Amino acid sequence: MESENRKKYWKKNLKYLAILLSIWFLVSFGFGILLVDELNSIRFAGFKLGFWFAQQGAIYVFVILIFVYIRLMNKLDKKFGYNN
Amino acid sequence: MSIQVWTWILVGITFTLYIGIAIRSRAGSTKEFYVAGGGVSPLANGLATAADWMSAASFISMAGLISFNGYDGSVYLMGWTGGYVLLALLLAPYLRKFGKFTVPDFIGDRYYSNVARSVAVFCALLVSFTYVAGQMRGVGLVFSRFLEVDINTGVIIGMIIVLFYAVLGGMKGITYTQVAQYCVLIFAFMVPAIFISIQMTGNPIPQLGFGGADENGVYLLDKLDGLHRELGFAEYTSGSKTTLDVFLITAALMFGTAGLPHVIVRFFTVKKVSDARKSAGWALLLIAILYTTAPAISLFSRTNLIETVSNEKYEKLPEWFSNWEKTGLIKFDDKNKDGRVQYVADVSKNELIVDKDIMVLANPEIAGLPNWVIALVAAGALAAALSTAAGLLLVISASVSHDFIKKMVNPNITEKGELVAARLSAVVAVCVAGYFGIHPPDFVAATVALAFGLAAASFFPAIILGIFDKRMNKEGAILGMVVGILVMLFYMMKFKFDWFGGGSKEDWWFGISPEGFGTIAMTINFIISIIISRFTPSPPNDVQEIVENIRIPSGAGKATH
Repeated sequence: MESENRKKYWKKNLKYLAILLSIWFLVSFGFGILLVDELNSIRFAGFKLGFWFAQQGAIYVFVILIFVYIRLMNKLDKKFGYNN
Repeated sequence: MSIQVWTWILVGITFTLYIGIAIRSRAGSTKEFYVAGGGVSPLANGLATAADWMSAASFISMAGLISFNGYDGSVYLMGWTGGYVLLALLLAPYLRKFGKFTVPDFIGDRYYSNVARSVAVFCALLVSFTYVAGQMRGVGLVFSRFLEVDINTGVIIGMIIVLFYAVLGGMKGITYTQVAQYCVLIFAFMVPAIFISIQMTGNPIPQLGFGGADENGVYLLDKLDGLHRELGFAEYTSGSKTTLDVFLITAALMFGTAGLPHVIVRFFTVKKVSDARKSAGWALLLIAILYTTAPAISLFSRTNLIETVSNEKYEKLPEWFSNWEKTGLIKFDDKNKDGRVQYVADVSKNELIVDKDIMVLANPEIAGLPNWVIALVAAGALAAALSTAAGLLLVISASVSHDFIKKMVNPNITEKGELVAARLSAVVAVCVAGYFGIHPPDFVAATVALAFGLAAASFFPAIILGIFDKRMNKEGAILGMVVGILVMLFYMMKFKFDWFGGGSKEDWWFGISPEGFGTIAMTINFIISIIISRFTPSPPNDVQEIVENIRIPSGAGKATH
């Protein structure tokens, strides 16, 4: 029972990691580097979008990702009774 | 009041504060010395981690680097923040659950081998020493420019301060001084940024002023792109590195950040696993404040610099120019003898050389801000350098007294003996760091950036596989680490120090710079570890149980031996 639970918890954890790290990759390596030239044709305020992601946007998303992760994991811990 | 008087006052107040905190939080046990007793709150740990992480390089050099490299400078911004996502999601919670004092502790126990532990100690010392020398140099630079003392005297003053609170307080003293240092450094970084943002764009928030326009309604980024085209430089918003290299350098800095022992060890100081996650979140949020402001400063100072000096008569230049000329960090050579400054991309015609490191320090002067703001920047730079130096010195002393003496040489050493050993090794480490600060070997500047490549090539795969791959055994991990770090050292020495036949930019393998090569060395480490481990025996059952156990957050005891 306990080992079943552990497996389920770990699987769910890995799923969260896969989703969050895909976003991490997309905003930095994707938008900020690989697709930067394409995105630079889009402008808002004084920024070219690709340049903005590389020097601002990616960092904001990073911060949000960690706080989403904290929330998700706290909920998961509670559900499995690992929150002591 | 003059800049110098203001600087003495502000530096005096902040130093008194740090020493006061150190006296209040003396370490009485090894546990307090290594992990601050293991009861630091997530917010305090986040603050301390942010100060620990943001070094003289982040505070003094980074905005200057971006200023001169434009888009290419993004590698530092994304690399040095993106690593925290990896730390928070892949390392911090599990290492906290594991509950030991140091990174070599984890490697040694998880891979049930003192060979693995020794390799980890070697890597930790290599990474930390190259890093700490740069901090001491930063301290010396600030002292010599703003307090007009000799650069060596500056280094020695810095040494004495760090010695005082690192040796006395250990991690406990360092943690609470770092909390204070974060507040000093972020205030010192933001005040001039806000002033200059208002001056140039009318917007008090630098992150928005970054995309703002000047009084004629021209966006600053467009204006600077135009200036760059005129002078023959690469466009500010596009840069000149290849996409592959930008990709690999960013990755090396991210994985290196996640593998740096002085950052990882901070997550051992909180009470439980959920606190480790939380403090990683706080740390990145607090770091992001500086990291999203820095590129705005880069843009402002670059525009200001070009507009102030380009084609200006030499004798009409403002006072800051000659102040920095005296330090040798700005050089003007009137090649065509017209008495004006030609600042252009063409090396044969360019007459001005500006050291990248002075942009943040000179920025308030260039913008004509009041003297107390300039002094504040000096105090902030010192806070950034000292906090990082202290964190690194602690890793060095713990590696020697705990991982080497206690775990390998003399396991029967008493608690008191270990504490004495820890303090002594901290003293020795400070002296060595100070020596390198006064006599910087040529390779220091080059290796600080490469310390990340070394950390990525050695620690990152060993720790990740130790957590996420239960089948990983000592054979795979040790061989992976050894090959990873050797390949990295080889590439670095060949192309940075001209050993093994040397080589120029054209000889780089697939056009990959030594800074970006850490990503390749790390990949090699991963591949070797996985292949070797599949052909050698599984790790023993009790080790597999450790892995099972660190994956579950509950029941994290306090950090133990």
